[in-house]
Amino acid sequence: MRIKPGITDKMARIGFNSMAFFTVGILVVIISIICIKGVSHVNLEFIFTSPEDMGRHGGIFPSIMGTVLLALLSIVFATPLGLGTAIFLTEYTKESTFTKIIRFGVESLAGIPSIIYGLFGFIFFVIKLGMGWSLLSGVLTMTIMILPTIIRTSEEAIKAVPRNLRIVSYSLGATRWETVTKIVLTAATPGILTGIMLSVGRVVGETAAVIFTMGSSLRLPTSLMDSGRTMAVHFYILAREGISMEKAYATALILVLSITIINILAYYIMNKVVSKYS
Amino acid sequence: MAFNKEKFIKYILTVFALSSLFFLFLIFAFILIEGLPLFLKVGFKNIIFGFKWAPTKGSFGIFPMIVSSFLVTFGALIVGGPLGLSCAVYLAEYSGKRMKMLLKPALELLAGIPSVVYGFLGVIYIVPLVRNYLGGSGFSLISTSVILGVMILPTIISISFDAIMSVPRTYREGSLAMGATKWQTIYKVVIPSARSGIMAGFILGMGRAIGETMAVIMIAGNALKIPTSLLDPLRTLTGNIALELAYATGDHRLGLFSTGVVLLVIIMALNYIANFGIKKKRLK
Amino acid sequence: MDVKIRLENLKASYNEQEVLKGITIDVYKNMITGFMGPSGSGKSTIISILNRMMEFEDGIRIEGKILFDGFDLTKTISSVELRKRVGTVFAVPIPLPRSIYENIAYGPRLNRINDREKLDQIVINSLKNAFLWDEVKDRLNTSALKLSGGQQQRLCLARTLALHPEIILLDEPCSGLDPISTAKIEDALSELKKDYTIILVSNNTKQIARISDYSAFFYMGELIEYGNTEDLFTNPRIKKTDDYISGKFG
Repeated sequence: MRIKPGITDKMARIGFNSMAFFTVGILVVIISIICIKGVSHVNLEFIFTSPEDMGRHGGIFPSIMGTVLLALLSIVFATPLGLGTAIFLTEYTKESTFTKIIRFGVESLAGIPSIIYGLFGFIFFVIKLGMGWSLLSGVLTMTIMILPTIIRTSEEAIKAVPRNLRIVSYSLGATRWETVTKIVLTAATPGILTGIMLSVGRVVGETAAVIFTMGSSLRLPTSLMDSGRTMAVHFYILAREGISMEKAYATALILVLSITIINILAYYIMNKVVSKYS
Repeated sequence: MAFNKEKFIKYILTVFALSSLFFLFLIFAFILIEGLPLFLKVGFKNIIFGFKWAPTKGSFGIFPMIVSSFLVTFGALIVGGPLGLSCAVYLAEYSGKRMKMLLKPALELLAGIPSVVYGFLGVIYIVPLVRNYLGGSGFSLISTSVILGVMILPTIISISFDAIMSVPRTYREGSLAMGATKWQTIYKVVIPSARSGIMAGFILGMGRAIGETMAVIMIAGNALKIPTSLLDPLRTLTGNIALELAYATGDHRLGLFSTGVVLLVIIMALNYIANFGIKKKRLK
Repeated sequence: MDVKIRLENLKASYNEQEVLKGITIDVYKNMITGFMGPSGSGKSTIISILNRMMEFEDGIRIEGKILFDGFDLTKTISSVELRKRVGTVFAVPIPLPRSIYENIAYGPRLNRINDREKLDQIVINSLKNAFLWDEVKDRLNTSALKLSGGQQQRLCLARTLALHPEIILLDEPCSGLDPISTAKIEDALSELKKDYTIILVSNNTKQIARISDYSAFFYMGELIEYGNTEDLFTNPRIKKTDDYISGKFG
């Protein structure tokens, strides 16, 4: 028997609707589980004290600080490099074989999985350069890992700045660099910030590449050469070694919450830009 | 004028731009320097097609891990592919503007959840579910595929969505004008036109799944053999590296780098194919 | 009459296609010189050669001499320096996304003028000379994007004046404006020619006839006729010019 097209059309609509809501449902379920299970174990003490007995008791303060330090320092290194690359690609050169090669490099870096970054950071920074498991090794590895994100988002933001504004600036006797700093970057700042926020989110959530470069010391790193652990690494160790489910859920809650806030902020900034130009 | 500021700035920026290439080179160089000698020493065939991984006893066979990596990747695609494509179709063709504004960032949030959290939830919820209803230990091909399937959704959705959105409106209007229903238009006109972009999304999703590490080592069981059923545990290439890197020394460590070389080659091939698909679509 | 700009056998081609076929012309100091001609005549190309904005286009080749006050500056002065002496107002008003004040101050600030009083004086004078001061004096700190199209174009003129250039190039500055705004710009230009050399590119022959002292008619990359505006409009020597100004084509 042949089913009427009208009926299949309705079925398709219902099907696509339910698939989409199922997917969103997954997100809702994941976040709710973590919130419900974690919220009762999160309090100020948990946030501001150090772990005791491998994390069975106490809080996660050193790993919060470790995460903040790792993310901040990686951004400090990656932003000038990435933004510089984006400026070079958009403002200082024309499309050529050379830019194609650079773009290929950026794309390739973006495609490399984090465990390979871990492997590389381990052999290069930790072993060959003798930095050991340290904040510095972690920062340098993360810098390379987030570089493609910063380059791509900055490039898009810079490209979105209308060409006319540059023309006016040049016609008023501005040099290329003056035009870039005074006109282009001013207009592209929100987009660039979005890229930075997304990169921070990536560093905060990263485990594989961090654990083999920054190590997993429970102490608060006080110098670049100290090992330390991020929240993600701490959470991984708590969960994998079954140290404490309660602490694991609580750590997961703070971890997911911070990434969610960072990402929402990033999209909020981006949407403001989109609505400004359209 | 001895000092030309503009030239100096351009010079600095060129150096910055070259840094990405330099880092890429460094990564390849060091993974290869560490990973290739063992291929020469033990033999290419004995590593790629070797069945036994006993690095402290001189056996470096990673064939089961290569197979397992592909198995979980295809598993992930079977779970995440249809779901992701449906979401993309829904977003592009059915949802209103406000729904889109709400759903797109929500799906990006799914991408932001760290892989350790996926792994953890997999251990707590999926593994027992499989153990209780299907049997085995629960640490299995099927559990891993389900978790990875969810993890690759954002990649598949966003790239398929872009591909579907880039199908010209006139194609749809032409089809609807000839009396086709919306559904007929979607599967006879829109999806075929967006085919190469959707394929690229699937391949990039595969790249993500095959490179995924932390979630996998938490739920895959990490057994050193080729799984024969959906309920068998398995160890992937990424898992092998992550599980043993912290304590491996000597040839054992080199063996992990050889694993890295194989992984890197597979990933690069997938990315190359995906980019090719995306570019081809742009040319049309 | 002093010659401010002299072009000698100026040729230009885009991607091997010739767009200027040997232009020779003298532009006089403190005069408004109107450039007219249908699109593709090459008049805008001359503008982008004079302010060297053609550097941002691909595949352009130029031959011939460009003399400012008798000097060939091609090799001696950088484009950045030159553009401080040759100001440009474009067809579409393009305010920078900042306040009215900062739009005008953009050029002077590039020249390291940061003294507030000096800047204030420049902004006020420029706005007055562009006939915009009365309309915006109470809201110098509001965004320039909030001005009307006609006001924006006068803002662009004021922004150019703030640099105290010697030459002002206007590339169809009134093409998108209403008659009242157009009149205000024309009034401003008639005053400004005391201090500047002005080249006005326009498709509007009536506008050229109204305010320019000298007029040049270009067609297909060639200078067809050039002379005193009154003579040229009342007594064109060449039929093509006559056809154009009487509106037979264009």
